[in-house]
Amino acid sequence: MLLRGLFNQSKEIEFFSFSNLLSYLSLGAILASIMLFSILGLNYGIDFRGGTMFMVSSSEKIEVSDVRITLSGSNLGDVSISQATNPLETLSAGTLTSTDNIFIIKVEKTEGQSIETKVKALLLNKVPDIKFLQIESVGSKVSSELVRNGMLAVLLAVISVLVYIWLRFEWQFALGAVLALIHDVILTIGVFSILRYEFNLSIIAALLTIIGYSLNDTVVVFDRVRENLRNFKSMPLLKVLNMSINNTLSRTIMTSVTTLLALFALYFLGGDVIRGFTFAMIWGVLVGTYSSIFVAAKILLILDVKRNWDEKVSTAGTQF
Amino acid sequence: MAKLSFFRILLIAIICFSSLLFALPNFFYSTVDKKLNKPTQTSAWPDFLPSTLVKLGLDLRGGVYMLLEVKTDDVIREKFDFLWTDVRSSLVKKRKELGSIRRIDTSGDQLKIEIGKSENIDFAIKEIDKFNSSTELFSSRWSGSVQRDILKISSLENIITITFSDEQTRALEKQVIEQSLEIIRRRVDETGTREPTIQRQGRKRVLVQVPGLGSSEELIALLGKTAKLTFNKVVSIDSSSNFSAKLDEIVLGSDQNNDIFYLIKKRPVVSGENLTNAQPSFDENGLPAVSFNFNPSAALKFGNYTKDNIGSPFAIVLDNMVISAPTIRSHIPGGSGIITGNFSVEESNRLAILLRSGALPAEIEVLELRTIGPELGRDSINAGKLAALVGGLLVLTFMWLSYGLFGIFANVALMLNIILVMALLSILGATLTLPGIAGIVLTIGMAVDANVLVFERIKEEIKKNGTIFNSIKIGYEKALSSIVDANVTTMIAAIILFFFGSGPIKGFSVTLGLGIITSVFTALLITRLLIDLYILFYKPKVLRV
Repeated sequence: MLLRGLFNQSKEIEFFSFSNLLSYLSLGAILASIMLFSILGLNYGIDFRGGTMFMVSSSEKIEVSDVRITLSGSNLGDVSISQATNPLETLSAGTLTSTDNIFIIKVEKTEGQSIETKVKALLLNKVPDIKFLQIESVGSKVSSELVRNGMLAVLLAVISVLVYIWLRFEWQFALGAVLALIHDVILTIGVFSILRYEFNLSIIAALLTIIGYSLNDTVVVFDRVRENLRNFKSMPLLKVLNMSINNTLSRTIMTSVTTLLALFALYFLGGDVIRGFTFAMIWGVLVGTYSSIFVAAKILLILDVKRNWDEKVSTAGTQF
Repeated sequence: MAKLSFFRILLIAIICFSSLLFALPNFFYSTVDKKLNKPTQTSAWPDFLPSTLVKLGLDLRGGVYMLLEVKTDDVIREKFDFLWTDVRSSLVKKRKELGSIRRIDTSGDQLKIEIGKSENIDFAIKEIDKFNSSTELFSSRWSGSVQRDILKISSLENIITITFSDEQTRALEKQVIEQSLEIIRRRVDETGTREPTIQRQGRKRVLVQVPGLGSSEELIALLGKTAKLTFNKVVSIDSSSNFSAKLDEIVLGSDQNNDIFYLIKKRPVVSGENLTNAQPSFDENGLPAVSFNFNPSAALKFGNYTKDNIGSPFAIVLDNMVISAPTIRSHIPGGSGIITGNFSVEESNRLAILLRSGALPAEIEVLELRTIGPELGRDSINAGKLAALVGGLLVLTFMWLSYGLFGIFANVALMLNIILVMALLSILGATLTLPGIAGIVLTIGMAVDANVLVFERIKEEIKKNGTIFNSIKIGYEKALSSIVDANVTTMIAAIILFFFGSGPIKGFSVTLGLGIITSVFTALLITRLLIDLYILFYKPKVLRV
């Protein structure tokens, strides 16, 4: 029982003693993310940009430049080629061996079958033993719909959450939780802007899961805040918040660690296809845990909560 | 303990046992799969066990995913073209009263007619209104019952605008889509693939999923063609397209030769709808061809036509291209014939399939096309399995190290949780995708949350020197509020994903949502039962959480 009592420290951590500094840090990170996003933009996948993607593998050694030369001048529009490096591929015991070169080729044009046949023919001509692992083609009509649906989904999630927390708590809590969510989403977009990971449909799924997870954390803290506000009516808000965060700290850490353990397993062993998704999730869990303490609770402190929680008049949400 | 009733234990035991039973086949996937698909062979999987399997998504088993849009607007435009020829010939007879008659603005989903004498416009409208109950326009193929007022006629000064009523447009669209679905289904079935999914999506779209297909080329070749076959009278043949075509004539190019153009009559003698059969065969020179049979009424028409036109050519037109234009050498009475062209064997095979399955009522456009090779699918399954296994072991170890005996209770609940998710996926017939596996792995990580919330509360109560019994009771009571809030919020995200996500993402939302439900169930009922049993039988003096 090595880890027993690891979190059983009796001393409380004064979270708000350094929260001002972190608030500026968060604000700075948000601004930086917005700037990165508007300058660099996101590396949109074909889901959102439209185009055709080929994932190919070959046991022969091929260079990215060779593939580029093979495909250049074929009127395919903008072509991007990248090698999928996967040092742990052997561990995942798949049919693809570590010696296989895996390439991801993205072509701007879609025009259905003709592009696919053309690229296939060109590549087969150059590399006879090439295998086509995956071919995806998304037309511009669908890609713009996917963008719209994705944004709508994230927006809808944030609004539903706002309403739910409002019903269960008070508006200050709802605002705190939602600002924490927005903080997480913006920072995730910022990280994707700078790291140039592909931003596709699965990242939208990750964003929504991050929203769910971050909220999970925030709600547990808020739940304790509400309880402590009732129990310690004369205690200053700052102390109540700090006590609540400390009360729930071991749970926060436990759940984050177990989730991260599972996510890291996925990141290293789950294969290339969902690596971007898992990366977003890992980042989201870290940021979400941080934001539930230093954004959500901090905003609650700034907004000030009304203190006359009267259990008889339960207009202020339902307590189980 | 208070709630440790026989009924409660029985209920939990039944749920656990049955979910284990339903999840079991998935752990012997290939054995059960063999039994399901080759029922004649003796199988290692016993009959008394259920053999429900989780459906694997295309990203895991490989296959082709296609989103098609049926161009219903083309059909509507075509209807207006037909209407215009009819309306025009009826109005021309009244030229004295109406003056000049002209169609303006030929594009779009309406028919605009300009007449010379605007004072007599009501007279023209009355003439056009006669077409309102015209069954010719919407033959029984298009609408089962003849509707009144299919046309909306309005006028402004000397321009008459004719549109279809909304109901008519919708009915037309519906019929076009339904017919397209049927024909797409027939064509996909011809490829002999297993369990294709073909469903309507939204107003004009069709989703086609064919698992196990390694390449989309054959499918596109089959679905990309409307395969509208007609036999038309040839007016003249020339090496340039500069014909002066009359209103009922049209210029078409040749499928074989870019330098030959045909002027043909628009209205076909017979068309592909009247075929009863089409088979790949060979012509007298041993070249690939397609033989066909007409139904009796078309056979009669075709017979009469050939009798009357011996010596002149007629055109076999496929999708607005002339495949061949043989000269009629003799009367062809039997209603059967042969189409030759410069076909390869595959092309003649394909054409036979297309003709047998019938023409698509409208062109279709491929909006989205995803092909996943079987290697990648297998790789993803293996990677997913390994990640789930390693992730699971890490979480189990961590929980045990953190909470000791109670950690083991939580671990039992966690394992049951995974089994419950697998069982529910099998029973609901949900599709497991790679993001779906990610959802399960994520569930493994997050599922312990409810247990952690409870354990931390129990710890606090023990610290306050509560009795064992009370600490557990209060721990569960106080944690409930947080557990509900925390899981409802994640559930909101899962539900939104389910409705907005497509394909694999939907699979993620399903496993995430199921995982939330089962994790609350296992934490509140199974862990609780284990704790209660432990206290009942071991009566520990000190509780070490």
